[in-house]
Amino acid sequence: MAFMNPVIHIENLSKTYKTGFSALKDINLDIQRGEIFALLGPNGAGKTTLISIVCGIVNKSTGSVLVDGHDTVSDFRVTRKMIGLVPQELHLSIFDTVWATVKFSRQLFGKADDDAYLEKILKQLSLWDKKDGKIMTLSGGMKRRVLIAKALAHEPKVLFLDEPTAGVDVALRKDMWNVVRELRDAGVTIILTTHYIEEAEEMADRVGVISKGQMILVEDKAKLMAKMGQKTLSIHLEKPLGKLPVKLKPFNVALGGDGASLTYSYDARAERPDISGLLKALDTAKISYTDVNTAQKSLEDIFMGLVKQ
Amino acid sequence: MNWRGVYAIFSAEMKRFFRTWIQSLLAPVISTVLYFVVFGAAIGSRISQIEGVAYGAFIVPGLIMLSLLTQSISNASFGIYFPKFSGTIYEYLSAPVSAFEMVLGFVGAAAAKSMLIGLVILATSALFVPLVIAHPLWMLAFLVLTALTFSMFGFIIGLWADGFDKLQVIPLLIITPLTFLGGSFYSIKVLPPFWQNISMFNPVVYLISGFRWSFFEVADVSVGMSLGMTLVFMAICLAITTWIFKTGYRLKN
Repeated sequence: MAFMNPVIHIENLSKTYKTGFSALKDINLDIQRGEIFALLGPNGAGKTTLISIVCGIVNKSTGSVLVDGHDTVSDFRVTRKMIGLVPQELHLSIFDTVWATVKFSRQLFGKADDDAYLEKILKQLSLWDKKDGKIMTLSGGMKRRVLIAKALAHEPKVLFLDEPTAGVDVALRKDMWNVVRELRDAGVTIILTTHYIEEAEEMADRVGVISKGQMILVEDKAKLMAKMGQKTLSIHLEKPLGKLPVKLKPFNVALGGDGASLTYSYDARAERPDISGLLKALDTAKISYTDVNTAQKSLEDIFMGLVKQ
Repeated sequence: MNWRGVYAIFSAEMKRFFRTWIQSLLAPVISTVLYFVVFGAAIGSRISQIEGVAYGAFIVPGLIMLSLLTQSISNASFGIYFPKFSGTIYEYLSAPVSAFEMVLGFVGAAAAKSMLIGLVILATSALFVPLVIAHPLWMLAFLVLTALTFSMFGFIIGLWADGFDKLQVIPLLIITPLTFLGGSFYSIKVLPPFWQNISMFNPVVYLISGFRWSFFEVADVSVGMSLGMTLVFMAICLAITTWIFKTGYRLKN
């Protein structure tokens, strides 16, 4: 991804609540135009506080946030017009119709009526046939779509999705991912916080990991996985072994607990794994095997490793 | 100035009012009719006149003021409290809407609703007693100023409240007693001198007195004093609201 001037620039941002709890500590982060940025972190890490400050819902303690070069406090009208927010909870006026609530959002952000545009986003989110229905009659998944439609109603350049697929079934989650990709293709910068590592793995261009209020890592997702991704080769044996044969000792191999499998761990990029040598050594030792498979370390493993540090 | 944003808040609040018109509009009118039946017909028939005004007519400004105060407070406090309670406040806080514009939308709508109720009560009253308004412009001025001031007061209560019970505490324990003791149904001149002096600390006395003067040219205190006290109370509410938005008290962490 070409690194232009960032659409969001966060510098030395800190937030300490009145209780003394320090939710964010000296955060520095740039979000690039047109990317999907996934912000990962355990509960209470500071993800929602961070996006709430950028959106104007929470006051910062120190530091600065610029959106497209404009300060979010002194130039709040400009920055807020550029941002759409989909909150984590289903915060909706349940007595309103879908159409009324989306139209309200557009007006609230100071945009002139444009029914054709609202029709387009409702159709894009498969909400058009529900436009006259009251929100209270919609399913949870549909309500989440309404929140996205509201956030998009004023044509933002940047969209924050706070846990967009929390509590959403698998089919709808994948559906939602498609919507997010379409938005990115339309030029919207997406920042999503998520608990689902697979969501970040599936969609993000870059990943940020926040823990205890500190940004502990910001990395291109593919690079991150390549840099930190361990691969494992599992060999399922025909007959269990009592102990690891001497001929296999030169390889970095471990015998499975029940003796029925061998596990060979290697770094996919840092070294050239001697898989063929290992298989030859097995033949020499007359050890038969029934299955061989490989697995790469997932983003979840990487994430868990980072936050435990 | 984000006028569209102000209009969005104002119209959403007005829609809520008309969606619940039985509670919003019909209930205050029925209450007023009951007051007329009890105070006007049952008790009022035994009271000849107060300061040259028939008792039935005399209580009309007080009744309108009673509804205006309670409705302004309840409409405005509920208007801002409900988004806080339901969580939809996030949208207002993340929108390019300034504190002033937000107050204009919510308080403007609450004041418009309570004025509408006040005018409906006035029209209802005219069915029971012959009414002449001596100074219609002053009557409107007091109506608008009182509605705005107490809507702003209600807005503050709505921002301060962190539970439905707190929304009711101040209106029930402070405003309603002050209104009843503020000369809604009597002239404070009929009270013993000691209680007359005590009544002068009740801000509602000035509102009702000025409003009643606009109808019948009879007042407990001078109209200038009534106007001045209304403006003072409005300035206090404005100052508190400004402070709340500046600090984010109960709005932003």
